[in-house]
Amino acid sequence: MNAFLALIARELKLAFRAGGEAMVLVLFFVMVGVIVPFAIGPDRPMLTKLSPGIVWIAAFLSTLLGLDRLFRADDEDGSLTLLRFSVLPLEAIVFGKLVAHWLVTAVPLLLATPILALLLSMSFEQWGRTALALLIGTPALTAFGAIGAAVTVGLRRGGLVAPVLILPLAIPVMIFGVGMMDPMTGGGATLFLLALSLVVTAFSPFAAALALRTAGE
Amino acid sequence: MSVSAVKQPNWFSRLAHPGQFLSWSRYFIWPLAILTVISFAAGLYFSFFASPEDYQMGDMVRVMYIHVPNAWLSMLVYGVMTSAALGSLVWRHPLADVTNKAAAPLGAVFTAITLFTGSLWGRPTWGTFWEWDGRMTSELVLLFIYLGIIALWRAFDDQSKAGRIVAIVTLVGAINIPIIHFSVEWWNTLHQGATVFTSSGPRMPGSMLVALFTMLFAFTFLYALLQIVRMRTEILRRRAETMRRQAALKGVSA
Repeated sequence: MNAFLALIARELKLAFRAGGEAMVLVLFFVMVGVIVPFAIGPDRPMLTKLSPGIVWIAAFLSTLLGLDRLFRADDEDGSLTLLRFSVLPLEAIVFGKLVAHWLVTAVPLLLATPILALLLSMSFEQWGRTALALLIGTPALTAFGAIGAAVTVGLRRGGLVAPVLILPLAIPVMIFGVGMMDPMTGGGATLFLLALSLVVTAFSPFAAALALRTAGE
Repeated sequence: MSVSAVKQPNWFSRLAHPGQFLSWSRYFIWPLAILTVISFAAGLYFSFFASPEDYQMGDMVRVMYIHVPNAWLSMLVYGVMTSAALGSLVWRHPLADVTNKAAAPLGAVFTAITLFTGSLWGRPTWGTFWEWDGRMTSELVLLFIYLGIIALWRAFDDQSKAGRIVAIVTLVGAINIPIIHFSVEWWNTLHQGATVFTSSGPRMPGSMLVALFTMLFAFTFLYALLQIVRMRTEILRRRAETMRRQAALKGVSA
């Protein structure tokens, strides 16, 4: 457990002290939300109607954008090889990195949702539901992303492959996440999204660790 | 009592050895090709001349004889790829990698034909090329998964490593496809009440069934044929690659 917490602490330190990528991701997230009114016009009722979807698309894109930093830097400087021979099994290490990655990339997005809510003229209730949906759904996005990142870690070319692989797989997250907006079916969607998030988070460290082992051979 | 240190390979691993595969699969190509041609000739005859028009759709119903077999193959090919992926991961078998690599573009093409014929069929019967119907949407997502797998194959320099990595993605996709299908159906019923498919309870006359099943077999034979030919090509391509490397190595050391 100590080693696990130490790993998360290391990841958080790295994220906050070097590069400031969390800030850049938040910026990207807000900017995607901001360009949509330029594309479809500043009609407030329409924006209100579309805003949950826009926020989800922005979250999707920024999660995919942040994918690459999950394993690549560690693979390039050799710390991934070291981690593979640490006391923790590789699956636990992947899970730790996943948790840290979620804290660094998804939580700032959640904190930035009020800005988008204001800009896209969301109602307070809409914002609450969207934030809740993102809170439940982003672990699944991160977990799917971990598989994509692990699978493409050894590739010198093809940084674009991971998002293209992951996007179709993550469609259910989007469906249930946006489905939570509907007052009629929202309850069911919430449960489905919770279930999906749990299953994918439990499952993906194994798939990602297998891919990392294969890539490291 | 002496115990042999070398485990005797069973019949399956003997057959699945790439070299063995090259020698025995040769005898399947021509019979399969002839079978494919015959069944296509029969199937096309049945579907164009020996089957009735639909009382509502008229001649358009004949699209079904292309559409349904391709839809069936789009799923069968993913099944083949999934079992090959198990072979790659559990036994690390090179032939399983080759199976996956050979199948992915075929599956993508069958899926694309399904979508294409489906939209041609949809235009006169439902009045639209595309509807966000549950089945159509999952078929589209399946196409994207196939294309992603092809892109992943192409991104790797080292094909033996690519085999196992792609196998992982294939398995993840196999687990996910039912979830995607379920979520899309759920989403679709959320947005529009009645789907197009539930309204038609097709009771086909026998001649249509005959045509449909003949075409089903024809396309499956075609798939088997293309699969074997593509696997042979891939094995030979890998051999040529190895020979080229050895030649280059000799050139360096000489």
